[in-house]
Amino acid sequence: MSKFTVTRRGALKTGAAAGAGLALPTIFTAGAARAFTNEPGASSVTLGFNVPQTGPYADEGADELRAYQLAVEHLNGEGDGGMLQTFSSKVLDGTGILGRKVEYVTGDTQTKSDAARASAKSMIEKDGAIMITGGSSSGVAVAVQGLCQEAGVIFMAGLTHSNDTTGKDKKANGFRHFFDAYMSGAALAPVLAKMYGNDRKAYHLTADYTWGWTQQESIQAATEALGWETVNNVLTPLAATDFSSYIAPVLNSGADVLILNHYGGNMVNSLTNAVQFGLRDKQVNGKNFEIVVPLYSRLMAKGAGENVKGIFGSTNWHWSLQDEGSQAFVKSFGTKYGFPPSQAAHTCYVQTLLYADAVTRANSFEPCAVVEALEGGDSSLPGIDSPSNKGYLFDGLGNGPTLYRAADHQCFKDVLVVKGKDNPTSEFDLLEVVEVTPVDQVWYEPDHPMFAGGDLGQCNNGA
Amino acid sequence: MDAIILQILNGLDKGSAYALIALGLTLIFGTLGVVNFAHGALFMLGAFCAVTLNRLLTLSFETIDETKTDFLGNPMKVKTPYVEAWFGPETGAAIIDWAVPLSILFAIPIMIAIGFAMERGLIKHFYKRPHADQILVTFGLAIVLQELIKLFFGANPIPTPAPDIFRGSFDFGVLLGFDPNVIIYPYWRMVYFLFAMVIIGGVFAFLQFTTFGMVVRAGMADRETVGLLGIDIDKRFTFMFGLAAAVAGLAGVMYAPINSPNYHMGMDFLVLSFVVVVVGGMGSLPGAVLAGFLLGILESFASMTWVKDIVPGIDQIIIYLVAIIILLTRPRGLMGRKGVMED
Repeated sequence: MSKFTVTRRGALKTGAAAGAGLALPTIFTAGAARAFTNEPGASSVTLGFNVPQTGPYADEGADELRAYQLAVEHLNGEGDGGMLQTFSSKVLDGTGILGRKVEYVTGDTQTKSDAARASAKSMIEKDGAIMITGGSSSGVAVAVQGLCQEAGVIFMAGLTHSNDTTGKDKKANGFRHFFDAYMSGAALAPVLAKMYGNDRKAYHLTADYTWGWTQQESIQAATEALGWETVNNVLTPLAATDFSSYIAPVLNSGADVLILNHYGGNMVNSLTNAVQFGLRDKQVNGKNFEIVVPLYSRLMAKGAGENVKGIFGSTNWHWSLQDEGSQAFVKSFGTKYGFPPSQAAHTCYVQTLLYADAVTRANSFEPCAVVEALEGGDSSLPGIDSPSNKGYLFDGLGNGPTLYRAADHQCFKDVLVVKGKDNPTSEFDLLEVVEVTPVDQVWYEPDHPMFAGGDLGQCNNGA
Repeated sequence: MDAIILQILNGLDKGSAYALIALGLTLIFGTLGVVNFAHGALFMLGAFCAVTLNRLLTLSFETIDETKTDFLGNPMKVKTPYVEAWFGPETGAAIIDWAVPLSILFAIPIMIAIGFAMERGLIKHFYKRPHADQILVTFGLAIVLQELIKLFFGANPIPTPAPDIFRGSFDFGVLLGFDPNVIIYPYWRMVYFLFAMVIIGGVFAFLQFTTFGMVVRAGMADRETVGLLGIDIDKRFTFMFGLAAAVAGLAGVMYAPINSPNYHMGMDFLVLSFVVVVVGGMGSLPGAVLAGFLLGILESFASMTWVKDIVPGIDQIIIYLVAIIILLTRPRGLMGRKGVMED
């Protein structure tokens, strides 16, 4: 027989245990509400800008950071609003993102994949960044995109041009506004054939990492389709600074075109070396020797000085474009910094706006909701008959009508073919747009052999 | 054959830079016994002397040209360099055009002063400390100098062109009976090679034929005895540090048109120059020069396409491979003194 007695101490203990028991599910419920990584508080939201502040692409990185700072100002309702006025989506009203003030942290990718991952990781884990954006190298972009996918944050790629970023290495949480190597080849090759003829022998120097490889593959395929012959392709290390020993063999190779699949500081040095070795004064096979730089930027043109005159390449955007969006951006950026923005700055600015817009349309910072908003509904680019022509269609951000394609998270828009200007009127007036290649000429299917092999996978909300 | 000649020529200019930096490094090691990891930074500072003079000469005043507009649609600001206003457009433009050679005069006092300051201010306190401490402090100094340059000049390469007269290239092939345009070599790289030969010759002549040089050499051989003879060898060694800094600086000044200077260029050369010193023999001046040219040419050969086809990536490791072989078979280096690095 047992005797059931209630003591004062016992009652207190039981009460405390019951209280804790009742409270427990509430604690878990609170946790469950924070169903994604770095859910922002009520007053502010933190974005992570991961750009190369040192290394061969530091110039682009510095300009990217300026653009991000400008985008943050505009989102928070400071300055003249820039492209917020011209953006076809009108949900952004200068009150931050979903009423939260936009703050940011920065990291230095050093143009090295491991350093970039480390700085992105630190911004996600220590600073609570809800979105990571930036990068001026595809090696870095692919590495950071993978990290963001695992961590459950959105990655809005900066300047990355490798086919792999939205090809074999594409990820559901990653988005690229910048064009890619395939598009450069497709846009540039017809212009090259028109200028230099169909009977040419090309020698490639290629930066030895993902961007260089896919850039070379793309331009080789595009030029060979027009009848050009590829004499040789030599891989050069990204860290190389003197390219003379790679340039010298070009002289005796029988080639009459040198294609420099280099970017940033690499391209500045290789082009300078090529000009020093007199390649541009040379005659081979009865033709003038020509140099081509498939991916061009004004910052590179500035670094290479006189040597860029008359050299063809492609670019994502140029400040001299006359559309409303470009003009608004150039005005804001130019007024704030005293010089026009680069293509790297443009793509980063636009990516920040597109992220903010997607969050606002989704009415949530939850990554999977943002992914859904960026993938859009059923809108498509006019004039392209393809089942994959679906995604989020927007305009007014400097490239004309642009589609964020749902199938691979790649933007499709017109591509600019540019040439180093012969008679620049100012220190910024270095490139001239010689052709705007319409988007249907650079369109490809998601399963194109140069992009095949990857899978977007499922979006990840993280914690 | 033509490709081989071309790569030899190509190796000469890179070899010249290696030789000049290694010469200074080994001079400092031989006199002061210090392993100076900041030597690459001195090369970089030299290149930035050229950049600085270029900037000084192109200092401009602005006038408004109402007939043109800038990228924002405002009246265009036209910049005119002061030197062009003072000396007339033609003379002014010529002075600016010759900025790099003029920088030699500008760089010599600056680099000697920097060398003096470095030695007196920092490195002398580390003479009696282990080599590891010296390496750490000079490496730290190199990073500080590098970051300072980055702060003032940015992280990007700054184009610093050679005078117009040296643009273009010389057709060696025609001289040797080949077809035109087969072996061509940029004029400025030839100038660089000749300049390096003059500097190297000058340093050797100074050490060989002047009393000062003889005392320095005696000090390198036996510091204590020279000291016992009542000679203030420390003062002379400080001067040698300044001289080594000037040699590295001049190597940098003249290298600026070959590759646009950036804050990191010193580090790129430093490691290779150390390998050059080790291969040539620690403390051996002729060894440093010989190994500099040898490794420069070897590196050029290794980047030839057919060599890379046989051993991919050989161009990146050839210098280190040679260093390993030399250290294993002849630790004192090609021309090192017996006993050095061999105990």
